[in-house]
Amino acid sequence: MNLSDFFAQTSELLSHPGPHSQIVVSSRVRLARNLDKKPFPGWAKKPERIALMEEMKSAVDFLPQMVSAFSERMENLTLLDKQVLVERHLISCEHAQKSVGSAIVVNPSQTLSVMINEEDHLRIQAILPGFELKQAFSIIAQIDTGLEEHLPFAFHPKLGYLTACPSNVGTGMRVSAMLHLPGLVLLEHMNKIINSVNKMGLVVRGLHGEGTDAIGNLFQISNQITLGEKEEDIIERLHVVIQQIFHHETNARTILLKQQSETLKDQIGRAYGILNHAYSITTKESLNLLSLIKLGVDLNLFPREVSYPIDSLFMEAQPAHLQKSAQLLKMTSQERDSLRATIIRDKLNKIPEPLLLKE
Amino acid sequence: MFCDVCNTKEATVFLTQMIEGNVQKLNLCESCSKLQGVHDPMGFALADMLLGLGAAQEIEKTSISCPVCGFSQRDFKKRGRLGCGACYDTFTEGLSVMLRNMHRGMVHTGKVPIKIAAAYKRASELEKLKKLLTSAIQKEEYEEAGAYRDLIQKIESGEGDHEKSNDTCQKIIQEMLPLEDFSKTTVEKFSIKPLKLPPPESSEDFLL
Ligand SMILES: [Zn+2]
Ligand SMILES: [Zn+2]
Repeated sequence: MNLSDFFAQTSELLSHPGPHSQIVVSSRVRLARNLDKKPFPGWAKKPERIALMEEMKSAVDFLPQMVSAFSERMENLTLLDKQVLVERHLISCEHAQKSVGSAIVVNPSQTLSVMINEEDHLRIQAILPGFELKQAFSIIAQIDTGLEEHLPFAFHPKLGYLTACPSNVGTGMRVSAMLHLPGLVLLEHMNKIINSVNKMGLVVRGLHGEGTDAIGNLFQISNQITLGEKEEDIIERLHVVIQQIFHHETNARTILLKQQSETLKDQIGRAYGILNHAYSITTKESLNLLSLIKLGVDLNLFPREVSYPIDSLFMEAQPAHLQKSAQLLKMTSQERDSLRATIIRDKLNKIPEPLLLKE
Repeated sequence: MFCDVCNTKEATVFLTQMIEGNVQKLNLCESCSKLQGVHDPMGFALADMLLGLGAAQEIEKTSISCPVCGFSQRDFKKRGRLGCGACYDTFTEGLSVMLRNMHRGMVHTGKVPIKIAAAYKRASELEKLKKLLTSAIQKEEYEEAGAYRDLIQKIESGEGDHEKSNDTCQKIIQEMLPLEDFSKTTVEKFSIKPLKLPPPESSEDFLL
């Protein structure tokens, strides 16, 4: 599949909202794997890195799960294309900086991606919409088993799968879920949640992981420990914690509706007003306001069918997607801010006012 | 508040992590956080690396380098990443401190590649047969002993074994054989020290 066809495809994340996707936006499992007796990508000399990449790329392309996949060497992608892949959570920021000697393979529905020669030889990822950690794990376990038939993985009898960074050794597995938690943020309960989650050996991060800055009330929760715990146990722990957070968020929304409907109306009404009338808006501001509209949709203050256009705006409002849609190679951030405002206005204009405001 | 790494710039990235029951805080400036890769959403290496900084220094004290890839302790300090899989054995002393701080126990208890699991199983069968052989000889049951010997030879020569040439497996068998209760372990349980995790903090802890 070529790149423009690939980008034209709607990501499965948007087209098929998964179970509980009002709160659990997506579930992701990533495995780090390395080839036995070969230097890790960061230490391998360029010719060897290229040779290993080609060998692994063939093996990945050959997987039945990767039929008509998008498969490309990183040097053939523009910076903008790479950034679009980052915004779709298909590659890491680190992988976006790679060029010769690295590659990326993504299946057509964009639920499976394999980064070749990132920090590790292979970073295999499954990402599904909604609360589907177990399903994502079973998908990725199959890929892993399929690959190990052709590629001998570095495996230590005591330490398990060996990785470039000791923080990934063992299972090499990072499980994470993206949660939309506007209720907990509005009630100012997020710090407590983060502290409790940390106590359980899990980490909370923002949308793209930068610092703890949670844009759009989106939080990523993931495991930190990879050695000494079985894959299933790691998943189970995360599953339980996310269930609890889900509960707390639902609770928070009920409290907001019943006891603080004034605050809620005010927040959602303002978000609707600004998004409808802004002529220049940053990514951060737009995602923060869209989060409130999304909350309004979940609380039935907007018609249900508004859900899809709002969810897709979360993606479309991000810088690379925006620039890609404008088909411009260069754009200043001011130009992006005004284009962003236009795209959002066009969509918001078609959405009726939130119901609560009319009472 | 100043950055914990460079101590000169204002910290803008704050990390809090729970490690071995202690809250570890780390405040970084924009450039140090970039340098350490905090921007990578899936790579939580940074805080781990920094929190394990002491361990990294420990590694540097001894001056060895990896016989397979030539990686040295200095390289590890500089990059926070290892050179190859063999580095784990090369730097095992310093790394074990770091791993202990980062993880829950020191032994992998999860998935094992199928080929390697098969090698474990084969090694375990061999060991069982060898014990049977010894006891048969002791009891002077030479007919049985002969049968066991034939079987052992068959397995050792790799008859009907597709993974014969896989030297990873061979290596692992060699490493595994000296274990005492080897013959009693099954494939699944092999090398898996059942590590009992402390139960997740009770749900009350989670209540707001
Ligand atoms: Zn600094
Ligand atoms: Zn090495």
